[in-house]
Amino acid sequence: MPLHDHSLPEALALRGVSRRRFIEFCGAMVATLALPSHYIDQVVQALDKKRKPVMVWLEFQDCAGNTESMLRSADPPIADIVLDLLSLEYHETIMAAAGHHAEAALERVVKEEKGQYIVVVEGSIPTADGGVYCTIGGRTALDIAREVCANSALNIAVGACAWDGGIPYAKPNPTGARGLQDAIPGLNVINLGGCPHNPANTAAVLVHYLTFGQAPALDQYNRPLFAYGHIIHDQCERRAHYDAGRFVEEWDDEGARNGWCLYKMGCKGPEATFNCPTVRWNSGTSWPVKAGHGCIACASYHFWDSKSPFYKRLPDVPGFGVDTTAEKVGWVAVGAVAGLTAAHAVGSAVRGKVGGGREAKDAGDGASKS
Amino acid sequence: MARIVVDPVTRIEGHLRIEAQVDGGKVSDAWSSGTMFRGIELILKGRDPREAWLWTQRICAVCTMVHALASVRAVEDALGIEVPDNARIIRNIISATQLIHDHVVHFYHLHALDWVDVTQALKADPAKTSQLAESISAWPKSSRNYFKAVQDRVKALVDSQQLSLFTGGYWGHPAYHLPPEANLMAVAHYLEALEWQRDFIRIHAALGGKNPNLQTYLVGGMTTAMDPNAPNAPINPERLDFITQVARSATTFVEQVYLPDVLAVASFYPEWFSLGEGPGNFLSYGAFPLGGVHDASRYMLPRGIILGNDLAHVHPVDPGQVTEYVTHSWYEYSSGDQTGVHPYDGETNPKYTGPTPPYEQLNVDQKYSWLKAPRYDDKPMEVGPLARVLVAYASGDQEVKALVDGTLAKLKAPATALFSTLGRVAARALETQVAVNHLEEWIGQLRTNMHSGNLATHNGEKWDPATWPKTARGWGFFEAPRGSLAHWVEIEDQAIKNYQCVVPTTWNAGPRDAKGQRGAYETALLKTPIADPERPLEILRTVHSFDPCLACAVHVLDAHGRTRVHVKA
Repeated sequence: MPLHDHSLPEALALRGVSRRRFIEFCGAMVATLALPSHYIDQVVQALDKKRKPVMVWLEFQDCAGNTESMLRSADPPIADIVLDLLSLEYHETIMAAAGHHAEAALERVVKEEKGQYIVVVEGSIPTADGGVYCTIGGRTALDIAREVCANSALNIAVGACAWDGGIPYAKPNPTGARGLQDAIPGLNVINLGGCPHNPANTAAVLVHYLTFGQAPALDQYNRPLFAYGHIIHDQCERRAHYDAGRFVEEWDDEGARNGWCLYKMGCKGPEATFNCPTVRWNSGTSWPVKAGHGCIACASYHFWDSKSPFYKRLPDVPGFGVDTTAEKVGWVAVGAVAGLTAAHAVGSAVRGKVGGGREAKDAGDGASKS
Repeated sequence: MARIVVDPVTRIEGHLRIEAQVDGGKVSDAWSSGTMFRGIELILKGRDPREAWLWTQRICAVCTMVHALASVRAVEDALGIEVPDNARIIRNIISATQLIHDHVVHFYHLHALDWVDVTQALKADPAKTSQLAESISAWPKSSRNYFKAVQDRVKALVDSQQLSLFTGGYWGHPAYHLPPEANLMAVAHYLEALEWQRDFIRIHAALGGKNPNLQTYLVGGMTTAMDPNAPNAPINPERLDFITQVARSATTFVEQVYLPDVLAVASFYPEWFSLGEGPGNFLSYGAFPLGGVHDASRYMLPRGIILGNDLAHVHPVDPGQVTEYVTHSWYEYSSGDQTGVHPYDGETNPKYTGPTPPYEQLNVDQKYSWLKAPRYDDKPMEVGPLARVLVAYASGDQEVKALVDGTLAKLKAPATALFSTLGRVAARALETQVAVNHLEEWIGQLRTNMHSGNLATHNGEKWDPATWPKTARGWGFFEAPRGSLAHWVEIEDQAIKNYQCVVPTTWNAGPRDAKGQRGAYETALLKTPIADPERPLEILRTVHSFDPCLACAVHVLDAHGRTRVHVKA
């Protein structure tokens, strides 16, 4: 009997979700998006489909860093994403099937789920020399991406390499590596840069898409504003030390032990956008600046070439003093975002979208300056 | 006679292809091919050697931090920098955390489905599963109701006909023979391990800023400054309490779930203790320095070489004996493709001569892989947990010897059973036990140092490039979870002139050399029984027992500033 012939609880039971677990799950979704509680109905409805949406995850010139990062997803946990929220039917690093059986699973999705499935791409695509620098099952990455991504409902490029070519693209780019949108122009792509992507952002984008049927507000790089719309320097927990002129002058000095500003050690936070300081990493445990190393701007465009050398002090940061940067960049909410949780950041993007997009517009202005 | 192709080999890192000839139901020959190439070392040329670790870490994020550590050690070796004791301890804590995390994830999420038939879990009696679990472990999540809930979740997946990541597995294959209850228990622990790995790796976030791609290494030490009285110090009493707590939970999980599960699964597959034997030569650079990094006599896991499965002799390691061949790799040497070349003299000119994609079969008589073929004294070597455990065992390491002998006794197996597919699995588990035995101890040493006023985490004497000689070169080594890793760096005028890495999976997954000697995978696959050529589950068992990482295995390297590229390890 098809699932849609059952009542919701029956359908959920068939999906292995007890009533209590389901309520907890929907609650977590609503919290991730920081939505008012009445949105729980919308999340319930989004999940009450006769079939789970199908996802395939393609890996090309990759290091599996974005896969590893996704496995660290805390809210929702990865098992809930791949067993309850979605049906992840192709992912080389963790799928059960191998060889021909794996390829058959991918072929089935492209053929039978045409126009309905979600693709996640990790790693760059080599375009030089006929694409011989990455083949899977005897086919080039470019060949596979062209077929799979052109027939999907949505493509999500996770990590720097899938977005803009990442480290293989860095000079002299020996394999002609490109990000997805450059390798195959014209695709519908949401870019989630970073080295790696932050799974909290990716989970939020997925839940947003599954709940509202569309992407959250995006910037000019097709990146969600809630994650990439704010400058790191302005959200940084060490910002007050910058304003007060207290800097780490050399590694392991008094400033390093007291958490002072890392600008003089080469921190790229003043030129980088990402919600790293607020979402943090690994269930909110830390982020590089908290652990004592400057930001390397890993979510910035072509950061390997544009932001290195990483220990060289930025030349053109605005002068010291509270809110100098804020005035220059022209943000309304500068500083206020510091300390917000990921959920709030995502929530503001959603509310901005639902309520007319004011915050999204503000963030977009900031991003265009970065 | 049949030719079997497995491409992609899944549940690994990266892009691996195996071709195997099958005669009379057994593998008669095998070829291992890496099918992806990027070029990271070429990209490093001319850049600041102090940041090389940030770049090389991106060679692989499953093996996150291993290339960072090998890189800073190489530059420290070149410039003659000793790191403070605290930096050594922090690096050991991070490395042990990586080893434990990697090995547990490998067993449950990359290897278990070769032994565990998820669909058979539906036939299990949850009450009997509870009895089984309680008979082998004190792990509290073992009630009938708990296993019933897991079974219901699997049933719902199967009934929905949307199996998600279990789609297309070799379910029902005749080579699976765990009882239903063991299958159900393993599936439950597969799911638990997903949550466990997420929580345990928070040690990396605390000491590295994030995982994957930690960001606290420095040439000369670590950025994680210590202060017992500073609330914002990267390492202070609160942070040490946090990682101690996380480390303790890991010890419990490893001892009460991972190790009992490995023994339980292995006990149902005794024949795999006599299949999958590699080349018989084992290499370990040694891991976890307890004193200075150059004091090889004080590594927790010792350095050494074993030849021809002879555990009576441990030979010293001479890094000068490492060479790489390209006879069957898609590169060419200016001196001809029949000669091995040491990494310091290495050159790599990529030259793809394989079939034009899309293709069905490689021409294995010619070149057939993006991996080179490393050799030690012209011998193929196996690296990884089995090599380390065997070197420690043969060196008389008391802790490892007791663990190995105790496990062999439980399995009623002789020491020669270790030279096998399940030998690798068992060695990985035993090594994990060794790491958890010391993790809390090292955190305690850091705490003791901090409270006694020993706070240094970085040696900045050579941070300024103006203090460097005009030219310098050095090597940095590490025993990554998957095996022996080394980076070689050449510095000239404060910039990287040449950078080379020889990595674990290249040792294990590399192709044949000039003499036609097979790589470790290729040797280990010989004689593998194949019950069903359409579903070569047995090939996956042996290949996965090495824990392949292909992103590490193939990368480009610059050779002496010329336009050619150099593929590493």
